[in-house]
Amino acid sequence: MDELLQHLVNALILGSTYALLGIGLTLIFGIMRVVNFTHGELYALGAYAVFLLEASLGVNFFLALAIAVIVGCAVGAAIELVLLRPLQGADIDTTMLVMIGAWIVMQNAELLYWGGASKAIMTPFPEQPLQIGPIFVSWLRIFVLVVGLALIGATYLLINRSKLGKAMRATFQDRDTAALMGVNIKGIYTATFAIGSGLAAAAGALLGPVFLVTPTMGDLASLKAFAIVILGGLGNITGATLGGFILAFVEEIGAGYVSSGYRDGMGFLIIIVVLLLRPTGLFARAERIG
Amino acid sequence: MKKFAVAMASLSAAALAGALMTSATAQTIKIGVNEPLTGAFAASGNYVTDGAKIAADEINAKGGVLGKKLELVIEDNKSNPTEAASVAEKLMVRDKVPVMMGAWGSSLTLAVMPKLMEYKVPMLVETSSSGKITTSGNPYIFRISPPSAVEAAAFGKIIDKLHIKKADFLVINNDWGLGTAQDFGKMFKDHGITVGLVETMDQSAQDMSAQLAKFKASDADTLIVTSAVEQLTLVFKQAAALGLKKQIITTGGSQNPDQLIDQAGGAVNGTMHLTFFAPWAPEAAADPQATKNFLAEWKKRGLQFAGVTESFRGYDAIKTIAAAIQKAGKADPEAIRAALWETELTGLNGKIKFTKAGPAGKESGQSIPTVYLIKIENGKVVIPQG
Repeated sequence: MDELLQHLVNALILGSTYALLGIGLTLIFGIMRVVNFTHGELYALGAYAVFLLEASLGVNFFLALAIAVIVGCAVGAAIELVLLRPLQGADIDTTMLVMIGAWIVMQNAELLYWGGASKAIMTPFPEQPLQIGPIFVSWLRIFVLVVGLALIGATYLLINRSKLGKAMRATFQDRDTAALMGVNIKGIYTATFAIGSGLAAAAGALLGPVFLVTPTMGDLASLKAFAIVILGGLGNITGATLGGFILAFVEEIGAGYVSSGYRDGMGFLIIIVVLLLRPTGLFARAERIG
Repeated sequence: MKKFAVAMASLSAAALAGALMTSATAQTIKIGVNEPLTGAFAASGNYVTDGAKIAADEINAKGGVLGKKLELVIEDNKSNPTEAASVAEKLMVRDKVPVMMGAWGSSLTLAVMPKLMEYKVPMLVETSSSGKITTSGNPYIFRISPPSAVEAAAFGKIIDKLHIKKADFLVINNDWGLGTAQDFGKMFKDHGITVGLVETMDQSAQDMSAQLAKFKASDADTLIVTSAVEQLTLVFKQAAALGLKKQIITTGGSQNPDQLIDQAGGAVNGTMHLTFFAPWAPEAAADPQATKNFLAEWKKRGLQFAGVTESFRGYDAIKTIAAAIQKAGKADPEAIRAALWETELTGLNGKIKFTKAGPAGKESGQSIPTVYLIKIENGKVVIPQG
């Protein structure tokens, strides 16, 4: 029983960062119809930004986290302006190839600048874990969970309550009509890509100190983000949130009770099953699929 | 059109540079180096390569081998077995190296092995520990690192002092980890130690909390962990975060204890590690002077001290290869292969001499290295006496 509780706590924390990754990706796909292969690299960039700020420039850890998210948004906006805007109207294959190219360039740039050896980010949290009955949780992970949930909440409010969110939802439902109603579609695209990228950078910045920072850390993150998005239904934010938590629970329970060697395989097994039974994803509504 | 012209110009520049390089290298003896410089094992692969460079520079400063300078042709296998095989092929076919060093991990080395048979070029294995490497009948394999059975046997000599009753295993899910679990498990049974859970972790896995939660619930007193330094760092941090309080011993010699102390902090206190080089006490090494020189050179190059427990392998490997080339009298694969059998030297780890291993008629060479058990206490490495 204690073991099960520990697994559930682990999964909850992991799930919050998975959800962040998934929301960012699904937002970009849903609104822009762009398969964003640079998502994992923005995740890595978030982690490297914290490392650089903290280890080399001596910036406070919490401030470094905030700056990393802003850097993520800025790089995301730059990618949209430089690479995607000129491609407006191009077919999905062209956009995909450009994004794959950007992914490779970014990963190798990280490798060139920081080298292949892993980096560790130090945090002000105590090494001694928090003990609640039989359950142990590190303070850092609790912090990750809290910030993760706060960011998910903030994204919800932004999409559902703000004017920008309304314009984004309008673009999401029907781009041309939204444009006719006076929505600045180009601006919405840039904002969407910036927000999605910022969320990926936030996930990386939060998980960087939990794990280690390496140039290839984005690959697995990217793969998982795609899995989460497919699980929840493409373009569905609630789906991506739930998908993130489901993937984390399946991985954690699968690794704990079935086979730890296939931990990363468990999630994909679930995705195959979901795609067989509900090809549009677990939480997809028909009109949301383009 | 302008773009095309630029492309042509850079192409021809590259071709010219290539031509210049070939003419410059005619006077050197090439040694292929096939290491993971990026990917999951990047830290270790870079350290080994740095060690190899020190050995080559040291030999070249003394006039080289057979009157020629040694030239390391270094390729990155990206911690990926498929890449390791294609890089080996590139080294043998395009660079025409007469001998290679590589490929760090067991799965990487095993992927290269069929290529050695195909092109008949010997390879000195500096790190890999899977038993399969020397028992599968590949006469081009010469290994200076201990297979897990040898490591287990060396550990067996001191294990009774640790009073282990039951041990669980957490190993990397590849030939190295699985081989270790098997060989150490066998040795444990001979010493009356019960083997409990055997859990694996994917080489790129970052979250081992699920496995560690299982170990926490088990009644074993000791956890044996096999992986490279990056993953070990995560295991220690996560074990501490889960409040796992067991004796943890790591195997495989790729722990870089100083890096662990640096990156995992207090989480590594009280842990023990089987290593193959003890730079913390150079005076106790097989060749104290060479060890001190190596450590001084490492420091002079501004490299991290944490890397020396890994880098000595590259140093010893290149020294061994150079000695074999010298003995062979020419830089020819077959002559070097024959000479390796007669090569004898004292490396940083200890005596290097190959004995036959594997099926008769196509034996691989295996040298039996020294194994040290070290402990980390209060952020410092100590070598338990006895």
